[in-house]
This record gives sequence, C-alpha cells and structure tokens, in this order.
Amino acid sequence: MSTTATDQQTAAGAGAGAAIHAELPPSARGDVWRRFRRNRGALVGLCIIGVAVLAAIFAPLITFYDPAQINPAISRQGPSLQHWFGVDLLGRDLYTRVVYGARVSLRVGFFATAIAVGIGLAVGAVSGYYQGWIETVTMRTTDIFLAFPYLLFAITIIVIVGRGELTVVLVLGLLGWMTIARLFRSSILSVKQTEYVEAARAVGCSDLRIIGRHILPNVIQPVIVYATLFIGGAILAEAALSFLNVGIAEPTPSWGLMVAQGRSFLFTSPHMLFAPGLALFLVVLSFVFMGDGLRDALDPRLR
Amino acid sequence: MGGYILRRLLHVIPVVWGAVTILFLLFFIVPGDPVQLMAGDRAVTPEVRANIEARFGLDKPWYVQYGDYLKRLATGDLGVSFRNNRSVNTILGEAAPASLRLAIWAIIIEVIVGISTGLVSAVKRYSFTDVLTTVSTAMLAAIPVFVLGAALQYFLGVYTFQHGFPDWARFPVQGIGPDTWTFFFIPTGSQWRYLVLPAFTLAAVSTAVVARMMRTTMLEVVRADYMRTAASKGLNRRQVVLKHGLKNAMIPVVTLIGLDLATLIGNALITETVYNWPGLGTRLLGAIVSRDAPIVLGITAILVLTYVLMNLLVDLSYSFFDPRIRYGKEATA
Repeated sequence: MSTTATDQQTAAGAGAGAAIHAELPPSARGDVWRRFRRNRGALVGLCIIGVAVLAAIFAPLITFYDPAQINPAISRQGPSLQHWFGVDLLGRDLYTRVVYGARVSLRVGFFATAIAVGIGLAVGAVSGYYQGWIETVTMRTTDIFLAFPYLLFAITIIVIVGRGELTVVLVLGLLGWMTIARLFRSSILSVKQTEYVEAARAVGCSDLRIIGRHILPNVIQPVIVYATLFIGGAILAEAALSFLNVGIAEPTPSWGLMVAQGRSFLFTSPHMLFAPGLALFLVVLSFVFMGDGLRDALDPRLR
Repeated sequence: MGGYILRRLLHVIPVVWGAVTILFLLFFIVPGDPVQLMAGDRAVTPEVRANIEARFGLDKPWYVQYGDYLKRLATGDLGVSFRNNRSVNTILGEAAPASLRLAIWAIIIEVIVGISTGLVSAVKRYSFTDVLTTVSTAMLAAIPVFVLGAALQYFLGVYTFQHGFPDWARFPVQGIGPDTWTFFFIPTGSQWRYLVLPAFTLAAVSTAVVARMMRTTMLEVVRADYMRTAASKGLNRRQVVLKHGLKNAMIPVVTLIGLDLATLIGNALITETVYNWPGLGTRLLGAIVSRDAPIVLGITAILVLTYVLMNLLVDLSYSFFDPRIRYGKEATA
C-alpha cells in the first residue's frame, strides 16, 4: 500500500518538474528535469518503471486469474491465448504471477532502500559532524560491514531468523547503509566549514536543525543517485535470495522464485524461466539507467 | 614499504575478527540444536547428548566456546563439522580449488575483456563500436547472474542440443566434468567445455562494470596535458594510448576490481549453484541451510580474509601504476 503512495509522489514530482519548466523561467529543478529528459536511456528507464508501478498498483484489474489459483491439469503448459506467458508447475498463470511479482519486487526495493538511506544518513551525519572517537567507532564499524560479502551475510541472517518478505527487507536495508554513510560523511566534511553553516550556528540553531535544514539539502544529491541505483540492487538481491531458496517463500509470487522453478524444467518448459527473468532484468536495468541519468542531470560538471 | 605492509596486515585482524564474531553470535542467538543435527532423524539418548556436548565443548557457556573458537582459529584450526564429523580444514581443502579455478578465470576475463573494450570504446568515442559496447555493458551489468546463467544454459546447452547443432556449440550445463587441469588452473582435454559457461557467467557483471569504468576514466585521461605532450613529441597513437594513457587510467579501474571482489564472491555463490559447480559456494550454501556453524564460520573467515588481502594487493599496486604514490617512510620525505 505504501509503495503506492511513494510511487504517486514520484510521478507527481516528475509531472511538477515538467510544469515548472513550462511556466516559469528556468529553475534549478527545471534544469535538472531538462537535462534528465535529454538522456534517452534514463527516459526509457523512467517509462519502464512507470509501467511496472502501474502494473503493481492495478494488478487485479489487468490480470484474469488469481495468482495463487492452481490447476494441475495444465501444469507447465506453454504460452497460449488464455495464458500469455504460459503456466507454471502447479498450473498457475504466469502472466498473473509476473504482474503480481512487480508488487513484491517494488515493495522490497523501496522499503529496503528507505531503511538503508535512513541508517546511512544518521551514521554519516553523526560521524561527519561530531568527529573524534564517535567518528572512529562508526567508521570502523562501517569498514567491518563493508568487508563482509553482502549476499553471504544476508543468507546467513535470513536462514537463522527465518525467511519472508519482512526479513528480506530488513536484512537488505540493514546491510546496505555503509556506502550512503560514507558518501554523506564526506559531503558533510566538505561543507561543515562553510560560512552558511557557521552562520546557522551563530544564530543558535541546534545541531539537528543545522544538519537537517542547512547541510542536508546541499549535499543530498549523491545520496539520491545512489539510492536510485540501490533500489535496483535491492530488487536484484531479493530475487537472488529467493532464487537460492532463502528469500521470499511460496506462494508469494517473487520473480526470483519463479526463475528458480523454471530452471528445473529448462529442457521441457523454458517459458517458465524467461517471462519472470525478463521482467526482473528490465526493471533492474531501468533503475540503473535512471540512476545514471539522474547523476548526469544533477551534476552537470560530470561528463 | 615493509612497515606499511605490516601495519596493513595488522588491520586485517580486527576485520576478520569482527566478521567471525558477528557470525558466531548470530548462531548462538538462535537456539539451534547441533546435537540433533548430528544425529539426523534418530532419537538422542541423554548419555549420547552429554557425550557429544562434552566432546565439542557445547556444554560450556557461549563465551567460553567463543574464546576456545578464537584460540583454535589463531592456530589455523577451523574445527569440525557438526554434520559429518570431518575437519573443516579438510573440507575447505577439497572445495577451494574448484572455486579458485573458476574465480581465476573470471578475473582473467574481467581484466582482459573489460579493460580492452573500455579502452577501445573510449578511444573511438561515439563510434558504432562505442555505442554498441556502452549499451551492451549497461545491459550486462544489470542482468541477474542466475538469469544470465540459465539463459546461457538454455541457448548454448539445451537449445543447441535439441535442434541438432554441431558438437562445438553444445555445452554441458551441469557439473565440473572430468576435473583435469595442468598448472592448477589450465583446463586439459574436454575440461574447458565445462568451464566456459560458468566462467563467463561469473565474469559477466564484473566485466561490464570494469569496461564502463575504464571508458569513463580513459575519456578523462585522453584530455590530459601529458597526452597532448606525448602526441606532439611525435609518438604514434598506439604508443600514446597504451603507454601514457592506459597506465594513468588504471588506478580507478584497479580500485574497482578490488571493491568488486565482494560482488564476485556473492555471484560465485549463485554461479556455483546454477551450474552445480562443486566449490566453496555450494558447500557454504548447504552448510548455511543445515546450520552447520563450524563450516559456515570457517568458509566465511577464509572468504573475508581473501577479500581483505586482495584489497591490500590492490592498494600496493597503486605505486606501480603511479610512481608518485609511495607508502611508508618515503611518503613523508
């Protein structure tokens, strides 16, 4: 449900960007949108993500079956007019499951990213703003987390805690904050000595207010870019975990699970693998394209 | 230089210790029952339970077990598997070579293909080759390893088999095959046919990332003053690009290869599963699922150690690519 809210905001944000550009003299936001629009890959990415989001929201309206409804009589049947992407081992309609799978993937992607960004910003802010022993402790912790093969750690925790969507979201978020913390810390270090921060301190702003209202808006851009790429990464990680049978559990329609099932029938029913695999590939690719486009649009000095 | 390496090696210890500790605690937070794990489905009598617990030290409080584990770890003893009572060191010795061979080939592909395509792409900017590599590397960087693996299995193994393609186009899709090698990593006989698909699957994502990085840095290097100087000295284009350009563009790329090792380890886990490659990844995954803590801790410790040491090598290689970078005492002079 909250995925829906986030997406509508994103869509509204993009629309507002266009409106500003049309009505007002070039504003900073209009500039960003104009540069973003020129990047064809990024636009294609935005469109595909838009389609995926709409499909996730309106899944019941655009599909004709229940994603969990089994029909063993037609097990592993190939694509047909009734079943566009064919059916899986239990006779469930794959088109329906791929569409519903978008819900799972996007939910995991957005929430895991939200957690990672939240922790990353907090750790980065504390570490960059206060320095001293706090910095040493937080940065060494970050190093240890970074030295850990991500997927390996995720698998271990999930096996111990128990699989499921909530666990996957929490684990991916809790293991993904390190780069954001580093990015944000170095950004803070670079603006901490500037005059506007000093001015804010001089008029008696609290630390929280200085970080939140004065520093954050000025250094948030690299974090936004990284977060966009991270959504794609989290979707990929969820699929990989589900593929390895330690992520989301049946009967939830996860693309990774569907690919895993399809792989067992590679010789007879390759269609089981290709529809979810392609959906996964397109969505992840779109987030990569969009992240690249955002980076170029937000920082024109690059490239 | 020696002092610097020593100091960096000392930094390795807390990282490996931290990783092992986190995992050790994780396995203790959740009450599992290693004794039942060893017994399988059979019932365990209290005497047997007491015996086994005494033998593995499971009757002691967790902090004593933790201390014992660290002590044994320091002497290189990784303990004994809960499941089949075999030494973790032996199991590692059996499974590591297969993983290492796969990793070596993946890194060879990553370095050679990644760097050369990135280089060509940058030198011939906006040409057809450049557009083609830019698009294909972006796609390759986003394709999930297990989807790529399954697609390769289907198109180069299953499809070619079902449609009567010549033998050279049919690749085996499962297992390691005859397992024959010379000089540890060079496949002999028909071994290479089993190696090709897993090696390319594992290398794909990293190769694409390296190629993209190479292109970006090379585009910046091409604009540098020393490149113009080299060209105006009358060196031919090939010498300018390879001797003056490539070496200067290498530092960010080498850094990336080091950082990418963590991804490579994760991808190796998936690749080994997809192809049933009998390496550390398949062992580890099996051990995680069956909660065989000694194997998980042992393999993880080795993987983290490898990762940290490789990154140390990456840092040391900087002074080769850029002689201005010095480590240790010389740096302050």
